[in-house]
Amino acid sequence: MELTRKILEGDVRAAARLMTMIENGASEARAALKSLYAHTGSGYIIGITGPPGSGKSTLTDHLTDELRKRRKTVGIVAVDPTSPFSGGAILADRIRMQRHSLDADVFIRSMATRGHLGGLARATNDVVDVMDAAGKEVILIETVGVGQDEVEVVGTAHTCVVVSVPGLGDEVQAIKAGVLEIGDVFVVNKADREGANRTATELEMMLHMAPDTGGWLPKVYKTVATKGEGIAKLVDAIFAHKAFLDERDLRKKKGRERSERAFMALLQETLRARTVERFKRNGSMKEMIERVADRELDPYTAVEEILDKIGL
Amino acid sequence: MTTQVQQKIRVLIAKPGLDGHDRGAKVIARAFRDAGMEVIYTGLRQTPEMIASAAIQEDVDAIGLSCLSGAHMYLFPKVIELLRERGADDIVVFGGGTIPDEDIPKLKAAGIAQVFTPGATTGEAIEFVKSNIRSK
Repeated sequence: MELTRKILEGDVRAAARLMTMIENGASEARAALKSLYAHTGSGYIIGITGPPGSGKSTLTDHLTDELRKRRKTVGIVAVDPTSPFSGGAILADRIRMQRHSLDADVFIRSMATRGHLGGLARATNDVVDVMDAAGKEVILIETVGVGQDEVEVVGTAHTCVVVSVPGLGDEVQAIKAGVLEIGDVFVVNKADREGANRTATELEMMLHMAPDTGGWLPKVYKTVATKGEGIAKLVDAIFAHKAFLDERDLRKKKGRERSERAFMALLQETLRARTVERFKRNGSMKEMIERVADRELDPYTAVEEILDKIGL
Repeated sequence: MTTQVQQKIRVLIAKPGLDGHDRGAKVIARAFRDAGMEVIYTGLRQTPEMIASAAIQEDVDAIGLSCLSGAHMYLFPKVIELLRERGADDIVVFGGGTIPDEDIPKLKAAGIAQVFTPGATTGEAIEFVKSNIRSK
């Protein structure tokens, strides 16, 4: 396939075009992803997550700088929220990263969530795969600004970096489940601000109380992303986690889990689409839903009936 | 992913050159968002090379250039030239800012599809983008 060949040769335009087709749910995208799949699996995926305004974009920019110094090629997928009112979005993460826009070994793509919850866009996984197939050695995913429960990135990334800043709240905020449970590496950014040491200490205390971490003890690093301070140490920490995973063959395990999730999601979506399509054709679905709404039929029996009819 | 096809118009709003006035660019970015578009905003002091490269990576349908420094006669055509070099001249490029009337025909001859001068409404710009982008 022409598009696939171009992407594997490193054609930026072709890769960017496929990413758009993936986001739009175009049927040609599926064919291209099929043939690219065998070329994925070698990129190292790093998730950067944290609350809005914690400095994720600036940190991503400086991490990229450091990774380029270490001669790694870099892909960046930066996710920003879609407006629930207009369906539009302002994707502004690039502002902090523009110095890399002329570097042929850095590919930056902004994505809108398009209503998907969880901190990523629905198509983020597939876009990461395109970057991987296009030969990017390290892929950084910057999530939308998250609160406490948007932890989908943990299913995509090999190493999750959770970014915090001083003054967000007392230690009770840190003990809450969710975002704090997914970090492999923790960052207190804007560490030149008052209270940074306290925030770092509180985070460390919470992490020490965590029950079983499978042998990896997440550490807390202080950075001042705007000045590039603490970035080299942070990259060292990320690579230390990578080494930890590789020594225990855990990266493969994570990869398998990611493949399983992607497979199940795809199966679910495809089955749903085909079932709905088949029932739309003979028109009985609408009628069935009406009977459910009128309480003539319960939804459980309705679904069983549908599946019986198509032999599932 | 075959379930729903949802095309979104993607537009890059960029400020080439050295002036630091990004109010107009921000107003247009916000208006485009409210019209349901995905707006990639790259901020101040962009070189034409940075703009062309970002537009290609982001696979945008259109680029809006805002310039208040008077350097539009160099900066705008340069963006067009770079897009052509990289085979991306199907991206519609329009401009806005303090641009003298006599420059507009020259910019259009250089490939700028439309020029919006002070007084133009955001609605006009939205309508222009919606009716002029390539169909993918």
